[in-house]
Amino acid sequence: MTKRIIACLDMDGGRVVKGVRFTDLRDAGDPAECATAHARNGADEIVLLDITATSGKRNTLLEAVRGTARSLFVPFTVGGGIRRIEDAAAVFDAGADKIAINSAAVSDPTLIGKIAGRFGSQAVVVAIDARKVDGGFEVFVAGGRVPTGRDAVQWAREAAAGGAGEILLTSMDRDGTQSGFDCELVRAVAEAVSIPVIASGGAGAARDFIEVFSEGRADAALAASIFHFGIENIAQLKRELHEAGVAMRWPC
Amino acid sequence: MIAIVDYGAGNLNSVKKAFDYLGAAVGVTDQPAVVAAADKIVLPGVGHFSSLQALNPNGLRETLLEAASTGKAFLGICLGMQWLFEGSEECDELAGAGIFPGKCRQFPSSVKSPHVGWNSLAVRAGSRLMRGIAADSFVYYTHSYHAPVQAEATAVSEYGLAFAGAVERGNIFGVQFHPEKSGDVGLSILRNFCEV
Repeated sequence: MTKRIIACLDMDGGRVVKGVRFTDLRDAGDPAECATAHARNGADEIVLLDITATSGKRNTLLEAVRGTARSLFVPFTVGGGIRRIEDAAAVFDAGADKIAINSAAVSDPTLIGKIAGRFGSQAVVVAIDARKVDGGFEVFVAGGRVPTGRDAVQWAREAAAGGAGEILLTSMDRDGTQSGFDCELVRAVAEAVSIPVIASGGAGAARDFIEVFSEGRADAALAASIFHFGIENIAQLKRELHEAGVAMRWPC
Repeated sequence: MIAIVDYGAGNLNSVKKAFDYLGAAVGVTDQPAVVAAADKIVLPGVGHFSSLQALNPNGLRETLLEAASTGKAFLGICLGMQWLFEGSEECDELAGAGIFPGKCRQFPSSVKSPHVGWNSLAVRAGSRLMRGIAADSFVYYTHSYHAPVQAEATAVSEYGLAFAGAVERGNIFGVQFHPEKSGDVGLSILRNFCEV
């Protein structure tokens, strides 16, 4: 069993807004082109996060999902603004394999089970944004703006029991810092649940991935703008991890 | 035409999309008559073994068994492969097709379940479905129950124990992994199925 490297595309108004510097793309802002380029470079999965997530722009998202899914043959997760089972159904219909839900799951935890009941648990990723506080980690929602007073480990347990297939765990303290994943947070959650945990936030170099897979016990690691962090591409990262003894899909 | 059987178990888009990409004529159907008339049959599916119950009431189960027994090319994917076995611990009261011997079981408690991610395949020589697939190729899995390794297993993966990644008898094929999500390796396997 290998550890997964997941490439995340942040999208605003149908355009990828950060993270990719491929030389062979006609249009670096096109989600379909970016996703297939990542897959070609060895990404084990693609996550597309709609950071606009305003209801008026749902059709833009669905169009992007449709275009991206057409020629992508690795697992494809879509998140951002999914609040109801109908939103999830539309995203699946457009070609996503999994959906990621965050704030909506916190305000209505039964949403997890509802989507899982119809599309299977393997299709439901619960995304948790957490920040270190006294005595633990607190869950934040609404893009990290609103504290909930809830404990991240407890919430992850509840989400798993409610039907989530995976947890996408972002450390808000590390996000964008390139200072390494929050292994303490990741490990606390990974040891609390039996479903896979995807670590996010803080990727800077190959050693950060090695650390989060060993000390953090993560099953997968996600990075949004890995190419801006001094790692040339995913293939190179995977080769380094493979050579360091981390089980990777390599060559890929 | 390749008929993808729709019995309400999850999202069939990805499977259809992969065949579309390969240029195969493919349709999604829940009609036994359409399935019976198809050249090849794909039984996909994710989720709980009990969702296979939906094959029973409308005659799909008989249509599938009939097609398989007459040598029509048949590919079960994930839950669709598990259906080819006698049954599953996940839902003891529901019988599988019993084409392959044994029962699907849970992974040992020594490993996390579900088994989600890319794992390598030990491929047995002579498989038509696995033709051209290199030893130790990686494929994408997502499942909590596994089928036993037996004489007709054509690919084996390890996760806490060895389990059947693929099975094959005549024109009946099953894969526990998701070829439609397994990159070029998966597309090659689906192309092999198209060419059976």
